[in-house]
Amino acid sequence: MSLKPEAIEKLCDLARLEVGADELDDVVDKLSRIVGFVDQLQSVDTSAVEPMAHPLSQPQRLRADVVTEADQHERFQANAQHVMDGLYLVPKVIE
Amino acid sequence: MHFLERIKRYDDSLNAFITTTDAQALAQADAADARIASGTATRLTGIPIAHKDIFCTNDVKTSCGSRMLDNFVSPYDATVVSKLADAGVILLGKTNMDEFAMGSSNETSFYGAVQNPWKPGFVPGGSSGGSAAAVAARLCAAATGTDTGGSIRQPAALTGITGIKPTYGRVSRYGMIAFASSLDQAGPLTQTAEDSAMLLEVMCGFDERDSTSLNEPAPVLVESLQKPIRGMTIGVPDNFFDDGLDADNAAAVRTALAEFEKLGAKLKPITLRHIELSVPAYYVVAPAEASSNLSRFDGIRFGYRTEAPTDDLREFYMRNRGEGFGAEVKRRILTGTYVLSAGYFDAYYLQAQKARRLISDDFLEAFEDVDLIAGPTTPTPAFEIGQKTDDPVQMYLNDIYTIGANLAGLPAMSIPCGFVNELPVGLQLIGPHRKEDRLLQAAHQYQQATDWHLKLPPAFI
Repeated sequence: MSLKPEAIEKLCDLARLEVGADELDDVVDKLSRIVGFVDQLQSVDTSAVEPMAHPLSQPQRLRADVVTEADQHERFQANAQHVMDGLYLVPKVIE
Repeated sequence: MHFLERIKRYDDSLNAFITTTDAQALAQADAADARIASGTATRLTGIPIAHKDIFCTNDVKTSCGSRMLDNFVSPYDATVVSKLADAGVILLGKTNMDEFAMGSSNETSFYGAVQNPWKPGFVPGGSSGGSAAAVAARLCAAATGTDTGGSIRQPAALTGITGIKPTYGRVSRYGMIAFASSLDQAGPLTQTAEDSAMLLEVMCGFDERDSTSLNEPAPVLVESLQKPIRGMTIGVPDNFFDDGLDADNAAAVRTALAEFEKLGAKLKPITLRHIELSVPAYYVVAPAEASSNLSRFDGIRFGYRTEAPTDDLREFYMRNRGEGFGAEVKRRILTGTYVLSAGYFDAYYLQAQKARRLISDDFLEAFEDVDLIAGPTTPTPAFEIGQKTDDPVQMYLNDIYTIGANLAGLPAMSIPCGFVNELPVGLQLIGPHRKEDRLLQAAHQYQQATDWHLKLPPAFI
C-alpha cells in the first residue's frame, strides 16, 4: 500500500494541517505503512455484525437547554494572543 | 518538602515533570495540616501527587505535551483535579507525556523523552510516561494518568508500578483533553493496589459535565481489598502467549499466574478469537476520533499562533496547526482524516467499528466462565529510546495486549510481577464491566504474597 503525495496533500487540506516540503516524504512513507497495516481489517467477514460506537452501548445523554455557566469571556480570552473589544482577531477574510 | 526536594534533585535526569507547582504545594500542605488538626481529613489529605499534563488545572500551564498548548494556562479544573483537591491532596506538578497522549514511549513529547528510572537510555512507556517514572522514582506518592490504548498500564508495567484503567465512563472526562472520546479513561498510577483503590474511589462518580459519564454510584473499592481470592476463576488467553511475547517476559507472567493458583484461584485457558484485530481496529477508531477532537486547536482562541504573516485565513489555520503539532500527532490526524473521508468510510471506519464489536463480544463471552482475565501487559520490557521511532507500526504493536480492554470498555490494570535484565515486567488483569473492586482485590492479594511492588530503582533510593 503506497499513498501518493497528491493524496496526502488532499488530506492536509481537509484537515487544515500544513505539512512542510521537508516532511512530505516521511509522511507519505509512514502513512502508507499505517494504512497498509490497518488493511488487515478487510480480512474478516463482518457482514452480519452491528458496528459498535459505545463500549457500554449507552445512549447519548442529553441535558436541558438552559444556561448553566457564568460569562467568563475575559478570563477565557486571556489565553488568546489577539483580542479586541471581546472579539478574537484573525487575518482579514473579506476585502 | 521531601518530595519537592526529590524532584529538584532527580528530575533533571528523568524529565518526568513539565511544570512543578511548588508554591501551590506548600499552601496545600498548610491547608492539609489544618484539616488534619481539625479532624476533617480524608484518607488522601496531605498526600503529594502529580497530574498528567492532560488534566486542565486552574491557573497552571496545561500543555498536553504539545507545542500547541505550551502557552496555555487553564482557566478551570478538570473534574479529576477538583475531586482530588477536595479530598485534600497536595499537587506537586504536572507530568510529561506523549504529545496529546499519542505514543507508547513518551518520545513524542514536545518537552523531550522521559528516562526510565530503572535504566537510563530506556523508555518509561507512554503515554503517561512522566507519571509512571515519577511514581517509580518516588518523586511523588502517586500520579494520575489516562489510558486510551494502554497509556496507564503499559508505562506502569515498564516502570514496575501499579496502574488501573477503570470501566469506560467511571471517571469524568471533563477537563481531560480529549484524544479518542469513546476510549479515553483516567486512572491512578501508584506503588500498590491499595493506593490505587484509595485514589480511584475518589476519582470515580457521575458528572453532569461529561455526557458519557456512567450514571451510577461510584464503586466501593477499599473495603473489598482484604477478601481472599480463593475459588476465583482466572482466564488466561492462550493467544496472549504467542510468538510476539518475549520468552523471559512470558516466564515472569507464568510465575505470577502460579502465585494466583497458590492463593486458591483456578486458571482456565481461554481464546480471544479476534484479538489480533484489536491493534488495526484501534488505529482506525482512535485516529478518526482524534482528527475530530483536535480540530478545535486553531491557534486563534488559545494555543500556538504562527509568527509567519499571512492574509489568508485558511493558510493561517494550516500554519498554526502545522507548526503547533508534532509529527506523530500529524500522522494520527491525517490517518483519521483518511479513514473518515468519502470513499473510505465504510471500508475502514465502519469496518473497524464492526471489528470492535467482535473483539468486545469475545471478552463478554469469556466473562461468562471466568471472573478475571490475566496475561502480560506488554510484549517486552522497556526498550531503548530511539529504537522504535522509525516505524510507527512497530511502536503501535506495543499495545497489542492492552488495546482490547479499551475497545470493549473493560476495567484493566497492570501490577509488577518480576524483572528481565533489571527491567520490570507487568502482569495485566482485565475484569468484567464495573468490576474494578474485583481487579483491585486480586491485585492486592497478590501484593500481600509478593514483594515486586516494593522494589525501588537503585539510583533513586
